[in-house]
Amino acid sequence: MTPLLAADGLHKGFGARMAVRDVSFELWPGEVLAVVGESGSGKTTLLNCVAGRLPPDAGRVAYLTRHEGQRDVYRMSEAQRRLLARTDWGYVHQSPEQGLRMDVSAGANVGERLMALGARHYGRIRGEAEEWLARVEMDAARIDDTPAVFSGGMRQRLQIARNLVTRPRLVFMDEPTSGLDVSVQARLLDLLRALTRELQLAAVVVTHDLAAARLLAHRMLVMKDGCIVEQGLTDQVLDDPQHPYTQLLVSSVLQP
Amino acid sequence: MIRVRGLSKTFVLHNQGGVELPVLSAVDLDVEPGECVALHGVSGAGKSTLLKCLYGNYHVTSGSAVVGGVDVARATSQEMIALRRDVVSYVSQFLRVIPRVPALDIVAERPEQRRDAEQLLLRLRVPMRLWSVPPATFSGGEQQRVNIARSFIRPRPVILLDEPTASLDADNRLTVMGLIKEALDAGAAIVGIFHDLKVRNAVATRVHELH
Repeated sequence: MTPLLAADGLHKGFGARMAVRDVSFELWPGEVLAVVGESGSGKTTLLNCVAGRLPPDAGRVAYLTRHEGQRDVYRMSEAQRRLLARTDWGYVHQSPEQGLRMDVSAGANVGERLMALGARHYGRIRGEAEEWLARVEMDAARIDDTPAVFSGGMRQRLQIARNLVTRPRLVFMDEPTSGLDVSVQARLLDLLRALTRELQLAAVVVTHDLAAARLLAHRMLVMKDGCIVEQGLTDQVLDDPQHPYTQLLVSSVLQP
Repeated sequence: MIRVRGLSKTFVLHNQGGVELPVLSAVDLDVEPGECVALHGVSGAGKSTLLKCLYGNYHVTSGSAVVGGVDVARATSQEMIALRRDVVSYVSQFLRVIPRVPALDIVAERPEQRRDAEQLLLRLRVPMRLWSVPPATFSGGEQQRVNIARSFIRPRPVILLDEPTASLDADNRLTVMGLIKEALDAGAAIVGIFHDLKVRNAVATRVHELH
């Protein structure tokens, strides 16, 4: 079997500072992978490298496309990569304002990705938008409101709906819950957990929240100073951490 | 079904000056289908640690532990995920609750299992009014029975039991003993920790001493 996504020997530096050093991993179809580590450990840089948004200095990112087998993400044309990013992939930003268009309606935010794929039938687009708002537990009556008047939790759920409407197979998430109140976080986490299972969605989730990782992820990578120091099944890494840094990380939080 | 050879487990606490805690050393264990082996030993002898090693929750330091044809000491994450899905189930004393998921849906992984889940919850005397409620607020015994139901709805060929009757009353203890015996009759290989002597005597076909 071929992995859905394979990173091989990735390096990325900013000036003299190396943000990602020799990182390799594989992601399998339907698998949720958490990337954990403290701020500055290179998690988000790694996410952007594998999501086709930030070319690495060295190394390769291969994606198993639907029709053309495994392809090197950075050897595709810009147009092919953009098409992939708005159909087969999703990207959920930490702050929903980055992933939404704040001045157009919720319905238009969800419908935009469909229109980018050529959908033109207004009623059908609106119908799909309504369905996805319902799936992320939003009131259909808010479909014509702009995200500017939504709470943080609603904006984040809208961002998720916007990403999932094209039925992607892979979603990248950068700290999807960390800007939210604790009660709102729990709801969003549970929603993400249910959606990834139902849709057989593969995901790479960057988070510093180990409890969130335990709930969502099958497998976990631990990063420190740009390197992967440990990886394994989520419960294995959290319950029997091997690396000194992982032991410190796990013992520093309350009941992950 | 289970073949353990020279299994050792040592915890190294790097943030405590690298202190080493040897918990298991050179454990050998064979369990055939239809056998229920009770682990026995003083507190700290490594009974739970051995179960966790067999489930792949703890890393094996050295030796091998072949479970359903897979050496968990060397298995990849993908092999472990498949093993846990198809071959091994592990029942701990505690249910790790998932926010907002009702008890019935925790037991029934798929919608077509709902009937079986209902039967099992009835058999384990979990009141019907609790089925649609997430178990976060359940008593310890109720949570434990949800946990048992979740595992026994689809008995796997290998079952690991960490004190499955710890906080249950006499009637429910009998029910759980019945479930264990049915799984044994169906050919399951079981390794368990049973502090309750009555339960151990009733279900265990053999006792394995850990030092």
